[in-house]
Amino acid sequence: MPFRTTHRTARHLPRGASSGPRPAPGAAGGDPRTAGSPGAPDAPGGSGPKAAPRTPNTPPAGRRRGEGAWGWLFVSPMVLILGLFLVLPILMALWVSLLDWDGQSNPFTGQAKFVGLDNYRTLLTEDGLDRTLFATSLRNNVYYVALTVPLQTGLALVLALIVNQRLLRARGALRTTFFFPSVTSSIAVSTVFLFLFQGSGAVNTLLSWIGVKGPNWFADSRGVLSTLLGGLGIVDPDHPPGVLADHSFMGLSWYEWLSGPSVAMCTIILLAVWTTSGTFMLIFLAALQDIPRELEEAAAIEGVNRRQMLRHITLPALRPVLFLVLTLGTIATWQVFDQVYVMGQGAPGNTTLTPAFLSYSTAFDDADFGQGAAIAFILLVLILLITALQRWALRERGPRPGRNR
Amino acid sequence: MNATATAAPEARARDAGRPVLGRFPLPLRALGYALVVGAALLYLLPFALQLVTGFKTDPDAAAHPLGLVPTTPTTAAYQRLFGLSQAGDGVPFLRWLGNSTLVAVLVTAGRVLFDSMAGYALARLRFRGRSLLFGFVVGVMAVPGVALLIPKFLVLNTFGLFDTYTGMILPLMVDAAGIFIMKQFFESIPREVEEAARVDGAGVIRTFWSVVLPMARPALITLTILSFQGSWNEFTHFLVATQSGQYETLTTGLARFVSGGLGGGTQYPLKLAAALLATLPVAALFFCFQRYFVQGANSGAVKE
Repeated sequence: MPFRTTHRTARHLPRGASSGPRPAPGAAGGDPRTAGSPGAPDAPGGSGPKAAPRTPNTPPAGRRRGEGAWGWLFVSPMVLILGLFLVLPILMALWVSLLDWDGQSNPFTGQAKFVGLDNYRTLLTEDGLDRTLFATSLRNNVYYVALTVPLQTGLALVLALIVNQRLLRARGALRTTFFFPSVTSSIAVSTVFLFLFQGSGAVNTLLSWIGVKGPNWFADSRGVLSTLLGGLGIVDPDHPPGVLADHSFMGLSWYEWLSGPSVAMCTIILLAVWTTSGTFMLIFLAALQDIPRELEEAAAIEGVNRRQMLRHITLPALRPVLFLVLTLGTIATWQVFDQVYVMGQGAPGNTTLTPAFLSYSTAFDDADFGQGAAIAFILLVLILLITALQRWALRERGPRPGRNR
Repeated sequence: MNATATAAPEARARDAGRPVLGRFPLPLRALGYALVVGAALLYLLPFALQLVTGFKTDPDAAAHPLGLVPTTPTTAAYQRLFGLSQAGDGVPFLRWLGNSTLVAVLVTAGRVLFDSMAGYALARLRFRGRSLLFGFVVGVMAVPGVALLIPKFLVLNTFGLFDTYTGMILPLMVDAAGIFIMKQFFESIPREVEEAARVDGAGVIRTFWSVVLPMARPALITLTILSFQGSWNEFTHFLVATQSGQYETLTTGLARFVSGGLGGGTQYPLKLAAALLATLPVAALFFCFQRYFVQGANSGAVKE
């Protein structure tokens, strides 16, 4: 019965989760610290009568003997698994990124050659194929992020505004339709897109109906920007202007940096927009339904029209969530991997190569694990920097409404 | 709406369904509906074509990629997938299916148990280092997954878990986002219930298992569904944790098969049928429990 779910269900969990005594993530740490730091967890019995009034939520301490041990027992699976398969591996990879290791011997016995920061140096400063490839992957991913994030955010916002229309028929069905691609396997939908975008596939057949000859999507390495400008006669793709061809950055000429995503990359961008817009639509929808009705009614009494309502009431109320969606989108798009693996593996002409995939293929296909790990760490730092930057921007914009911590 | 509601709330409820502004004029409304239906088709058509193409022959799929009715309907693709015809070589679909099922079931069970244990401890039990651990969980959620491909391989390789079921399953059995969801939920349960159980002499485990967990049913269902979806669709971890064909899942198997250098239009009915079957379990869950998926999407917002 998917269509029976009304807009109310969209906010079921946030409501439930926020109805209780829920401190913000930052504040949550304050509770145990004040209640337990002076030895209370180990010897709660002694401070029994005094402990209770200190924080309203603290239960009578007398029955809490051994709670500290229970606490650690309960979190031990988490500590073990996250420690062994997340923290330790990161440290190991940090070490391997300083080695010249082919994946054969044990990298922790000193058999592999220690090369210091060489792996990073070849990627960032030394002229050579490695740096050119890495720069190419960065260029591709920058275009991927720059196109995917605004498109998916805009589309999600429009879809949310549509399914939030109170008089629209079959809103539930539409919401289900738009959301469904988001829950499916990335590998499975990539397979479908491979089929749709073949040279003589469904998309090109559709295009031919309106008289457009579609490109051979996955084999087309031409950058869309340079092709577009070439088509307008501004730039000749075969003879780029001297300024752009003569100057280079990280081993790629300015012309290559500026030529735009390839046609093949554009299909991956379309796929990403198509699959993720549903999730972000739901986040927008929950925020739309949290706008106080009184506010909208007051505005309506003032006689605002639809555009003014959108501009002065709806969009300002959505701004915090908009930042959230942009952040989540940026973090996710810098990690694109599955689609690249299925749809291009870097081909054609390295134009679908992304840092994530380059890191994988350098390690597992070229058996250069040190270099692969170094790429992974540069990517990691990059993503964490972007996250930090966006969090900082978020904080500057004032507090967000309570339900979306 | 509650049947015993008085007149005033009823009126308010009726109001809530009504738009604040009036209807669009008719021509605009017609145009709007046309656009919305068009958009919906864009979201549905790929799946419809996938379904139909699975019942086409290879030449038919190549010649009529947009045809919504197979010219010569055949179940050859499905017969190959289920090993009913000789040509099933290279596509050990049943093995993929078995591996995916095994892994998804075990990972889901592990996540539901371990995430709720950790979430409960972080929400309710007082112990030294709790706030530090919670900070750790929040930090873990910020680590981008693709940066962990090589690290994960390294640790599995070092421990001798590379290319084993243990290596596929164990690292996925805890996830920080699930712990976060459970912690949030446990904090919303009134403490009095636990107090009462404790006064009655129930220990920590008993309180957790017989009192708190049953109350957490909605959150547990959400966690179960999200865990199953996540592990069923998981790709990168299996890609770096395994090597031999016997451990291939629907995602790694299909990805290798599809990207495996086979030329353009070949075997699309087979590939699309396999992709469809790989989508089916999660799709079925989605249509039965959509609201829990919706909560999951919104809990993405929780991560911030």
